[in-house]
Amino acid sequence: MYVCPIRSDSPKNNVLQQGNAYLSMTTTEINWNSIYEFLTGPALWFTFIFFIGGLLIRMALLFHLSRKKDRVIYNHFNMDWGLRSIFHWLVPFASASMRQQPIFSIAAFSFHLSLVAVPLFLSAHILLWEEALGVTLWSIPDGLSDALTLIFIAAALFLIIRRRIRPEVRILTSAWDYTLLVITMLPFITGFLAYHQWGPYEVMLILHIVLSQILLILIPVTKLAHMVLFFFTRAFIGFEMGGRRGARSW
Amino acid sequence: MSKVGEKKFEFEDDTGKPVDVDQVRAILKANDGARIKTWLSICSRCGLCAESCFVYVANDRDPRLSPAYKFRHTLGEMYRRKGNVDRAFLEKCYQIAWLQCTMCKRCSMYCPFGIDVATMIAITRSICHSQGITPKQLAFFSDHCDKTGNHMGIPVEELVDTCEWMVEEVEDDYKGVTIPIDQPDTKYMYTVNPREPVYYPQDISYAAIIFAAAKESWTMPTFGWDCTNLPMFAGNRKLAGKQVKNVYNKAEELNAGYILITECGHAYRSMVFEGPYMAGYPDGMPPVKVKHYVQLMYEYLRDGRIQIDPAKKIKEPITYQDPCNVSRNGGLWEHARKIIPYIAEDFRDMAPNREHNHCCGGGGGIMPMGPDYKPYRMASGKLKADQIRQTGAKIVITPCHNCFDQVNDLSEEFELGIKALSFKEIIVESMIVPDHMKLDPEK
Ligand code: SF4
Ligand code: SF4
Repeated sequence: MYVCPIRSDSPKNNVLQQGNAYLSMTTTEINWNSIYEFLTGPALWFTFIFFIGGLLIRMALLFHLSRKKDRVIYNHFNMDWGLRSIFHWLVPFASASMRQQPIFSIAAFSFHLSLVAVPLFLSAHILLWEEALGVTLWSIPDGLSDALTLIFIAAALFLIIRRRIRPEVRILTSAWDYTLLVITMLPFITGFLAYHQWGPYEVMLILHIVLSQILLILIPVTKLAHMVLFFFTRAFIGFEMGGRRGARSW
Repeated sequence: MSKVGEKKFEFEDDTGKPVDVDQVRAILKANDGARIKTWLSICSRCGLCAESCFVYVANDRDPRLSPAYKFRHTLGEMYRRKGNVDRAFLEKCYQIAWLQCTMCKRCSMYCPFGIDVATMIAITRSICHSQGITPKQLAFFSDHCDKTGNHMGIPVEELVDTCEWMVEEVEDDYKGVTIPIDQPDTKYMYTVNPREPVYYPQDISYAAIIFAAAKESWTMPTFGWDCTNLPMFAGNRKLAGKQVKNVYNKAEELNAGYILITECGHAYRSMVFEGPYMAGYPDGMPPVKVKHYVQLMYEYLRDGRIQIDPAKKIKEPITYQDPCNVSRNGGLWEHARKIIPYIAEDFRDMAPNREHNHCCGGGGGIMPMGPDYKPYRMASGKLKADQIRQTGAKIVITPCHNCFDQVNDLSEEFELGIKALSFKEIIVESMIVPDHMKLDPEK
């Protein structure tokens, strides 16, 4: 069951009435409603524009640069090999590298799957998308979201521990890598707590929103941009090795 | 880094002169394209690439030998410091770029993003080279390339003499074996590794015998006959471009149908894939078609132009060493596997193989760098030695000069009791001599 937006006027959610009664007791000191309004209003728009715009700009700059300096991409471009390369790295265990490191692969795969699926298709977010964008996405059952969230947290913890104990990863890891992992986890942890109303609900919810926005803003400007750049680099090596030489890069 | 240690090496320029930072910056800037930028910025430091690198695996999984560590501490660091590096730093890069990476390109298939470490190591090499920090031997060979067009500095007369001598050598066994010199309008312009005329001249006669048996139209050029590219390994891109251009131009001048490359791995990679870029062809394609000897031999066998005497097929167990630059970086792994059933009965493939093969440890220029570097080759080659041992083979076939020597060295070092053979040699030894080559009995 979904309990949330701290507002009384949503016609779509009759559950809100409960939350509202609870709210009226605490809003005396802090005006949670207006914070919430701000965060899901202007701040959210800013975040989305920065996130999507940032990624688009980063891609555009790289594209522009590639036209000048990376002839090799255009000389050997081959859609078929590019797509095959991407495909074999999206499907679990379709690449030799993933098969070679099965535990890491399971962790990394569940991590990324939850990271994309939960924020997009959580029923609570679906309502948000409807209100803000007017689009209705397919939603996943709350129980599944819950499970995916826990899987995500477990996978992230695994990745952190792996960074600590595997010497070849530890030596590459900087404080920033841990920071980014934690920043990626926080929206999930706070979202989970808010959903279950563990801890102070409003604080959790506000934290959840703010932390999610920070994460989205960081994506275009950090290594997290690999969420889009992956497709380009993977495709490139796919046709560089495959189209030119017939070698499968997976 | 067990054996990959702290030794002092000899460089091309040992005067210890300070680094020309502007020059370093210029090379960094020239290479700062979308690929390098993206690779350097999205590497997630996941370490997935480590296990794919034979240098890492063979040297007790030293974390400093993972591909990601290597590019981050060379080219990555140079970009971070905006080219502001000193000689001590470049000398460290030297160790990584020449002793710990053979540019075999295996890791880029195992990295989720396909980050091409080999390309970044190649740029590191050219930056080191620009400051005189190049392996002495490679600089020496490059100098020969510059002056004579071949890395051994063999004068034309000597090459022609060797060819004539080889023809005489086989006259007692076969009829009609010739080595046409500089003949225009042939189908193949045959290019070799200068090691052949110097150390293995019989390789040239084997090729001539095979051509004669197949009644091929071919020629040996007097210039542009060196298909290898040691300047490429030395990080001397300009000279590397000149080196391939010598061959392209000669083939165009002689109007040859194809540039044919002897059983050499990096020559093929250089001629077909890297060379056009180094020589400045904007479309990245060689101006003349290029064929590797394994392709030609497979065609001869398939078309029946060469016939193997079944009684002479190799009975001992054999295995095949995929040269990185013929297989993964050349795309020719199946040709060898199709030739083998013609010539051997008991073939045992290594695992992993084909484009997933491991480098033998002799690639990337470390073989011609000389005996000082043998300990590194042997340490990293341990993986290949284990792979060979597991097959139980007694013979290792490999169409690459570097692999060939490395496999023989590994056999000695790790007591594998095997020997390396080239396809040419086996085919000449086991083919049915066609009637047109049989000597007249009355003579
Ligand atoms: S596998 Fe790729 S992304 Fe991961 S550490 Fe190695 S180079 Fe970086
Ligand atoms: S190119 Fe080959 S040797 Fe170099 S880091 Fe990658 S796997 Fe290792």
